[in-house]
Amino acid sequence: MNKILIIAEHHAGQLNPATARCVTCAQAIGGSVDVLVLAATPEPVVRAAAALQGVNRVLSATHEANLHALAATFAPQIAALAPGYTHLLAPSTTFGKDLMPRVAALLGVAQVSDLMQVDGPRTFVRPIYAGNVLVTVKVPEGHVVAATVRPASWPEAAASSTLAPIEAIESHVALPTHTRFVALEGASSERPDLQSAQRVVSGGRALGSGENFKLIYDLADRLGAAVGASRAAVDAGYVPSDMQVGQTGKIIAPQLYIAVGISGAIQHLTGIKDAGTIVAINKDAEAPIFDVADYGLVGDLFKLVPEFIQAMN
Amino acid sequence: MKILVGYKRVIDYNVRVQVKPDGSGVVTDGVKLSPNPFDEIALEEALRLREKGVASEVVVIGIGPADLQPHLRNGLAMGANRAIHVSTGDAVQPLTVARVLLKIVEREQPGLVMLGKQAIDDDSNQTGQMLAALWDRPQATFASKLDVIGTTAQVVREIDAGLETLEIDLPAVVTVDLRLNEPRFIKLPDIMKAKSKPIETIELASLGVESGDHLTASHFAPPLKRSKGVMVKDVAELVEALRTKGLV
Repeated sequence: MNKILIIAEHHAGQLNPATARCVTCAQAIGGSVDVLVLAATPEPVVRAAAALQGVNRVLSATHEANLHALAATFAPQIAALAPGYTHLLAPSTTFGKDLMPRVAALLGVAQVSDLMQVDGPRTFVRPIYAGNVLVTVKVPEGHVVAATVRPASWPEAAASSTLAPIEAIESHVALPTHTRFVALEGASSERPDLQSAQRVVSGGRALGSGENFKLIYDLADRLGAAVGASRAAVDAGYVPSDMQVGQTGKIIAPQLYIAVGISGAIQHLTGIKDAGTIVAINKDAEAPIFDVADYGLVGDLFKLVPEFIQAMN
Repeated sequence: MKILVGYKRVIDYNVRVQVKPDGSGVVTDGVKLSPNPFDEIALEEALRLREKGVASEVVVIGIGPADLQPHLRNGLAMGANRAIHVSTGDAVQPLTVARVLLKIVEREQPGLVMLGKQAIDDDSNQTGQMLAALWDRPQATFASKLDVIGTTAQVVREIDAGLETLEIDLPAVVTVDLRLNEPRFIKLPDIMKAKSKPIETIELASLGVESGDHLTASHFAPPLKRSKGVMVKDVAELVEALRTKGLV
């Protein structure tokens, strides 16, 4: 039977929803599912992980050195647990992408990136060429499967009414001190998180300035949506880079995605193609965004977005 | 300090990649090849560190068949001092690349190894992290700012939660993100100059690197296309449609 270990991603005492998406992926693989929480303060993250449907056990590795998610510190602790497992999974967020290859290399195994479909316990589909090609890959027999899971491809596991058991584990692995956390300049936001929001409104270069992005924020607030941006808008300096949606930014799958003044470069479309419903507002009727939009509206965003906001009042 | 830069050749980012009709791979015949854009950013940063006097030498390394040499010349024209060509006719995956790089690292003893955060062909985003693990040295991935301060480096990383700053001891591996810099254009005199720069060729088979633990790729396919939806005439019709679907 498969024994699957999911590495929990968490920040500031919150379990990242991408972890719950990994649980759904683990269930598609089949087998027992443990979640490993590496933290300095395990509560309330371990409890949130234990409350996910499909989780059999939560392992809590508490250590001062686990205060920040440093791959160099986490990887040897995970590698030490690996012999008890057939599969190691982490979300393919910047957290998992940083961490899992380091774990795989310590174990001397290949790693599968951005797992989006399970065709068998060792056979998976993943995107390459910015999502323009899907490749089916097989992990050799006898090797632990080390993979990152593409969050947009998997729904979050539901909450369970019962808690899975939480076991504290101790690690005796020597931890390096060559990598030190200095600071995190967070995108402070009262708005929903871009990667897990059910609704997202994004603005593009057509906004023309950072000030004009206020329109996007206003619409997003009216809809309870997170705010994203195209690479062009980020490169133009209108908004910070952590708002970028697309292959080189965040890949998202909200129920509703509204693209305002975004032409729809391939790299942007790659980041949104798993969205439930896509709405495009653009003055150029030929813009490629309209080829993927469920609802397209051609016109001046500076007229249409205020109307949209008005209609939501 | 010496900087080693991973410099991969990939299908040019402007090419619309096509899957072969039998699903055995992607069409590469007659397709334009270019340096991996992220690796160009890594090379640019290494060159800037040399220009600032932080680094003394920049070495580009590529792994691939004999015809990889013009690609490495490109890196030399951009400004690298010399190139190492690890020659193999086989396609290599990240773990093998990391093992090869480790062999070269042991020989060259660089203070920094710089790579793109990922290659735009396989989008693996693994090689730098794997090298750091095998080398037992720090890694700073997704770098958008890099300052070398004595025997350490401060690296700003573009992560989902924002901008994270790490301090790492050197030697270390840094993988770079888009916004670290804007790579320079190569000028004609640089191309002429690059012709006399050395490229050392090493047979991959001679390095004693383990392999055979590759993932097997069995099938390639284009993604499902989203179908084109409907055009609405005004905001009222849009809002009505979204309300009907329970989306707003």
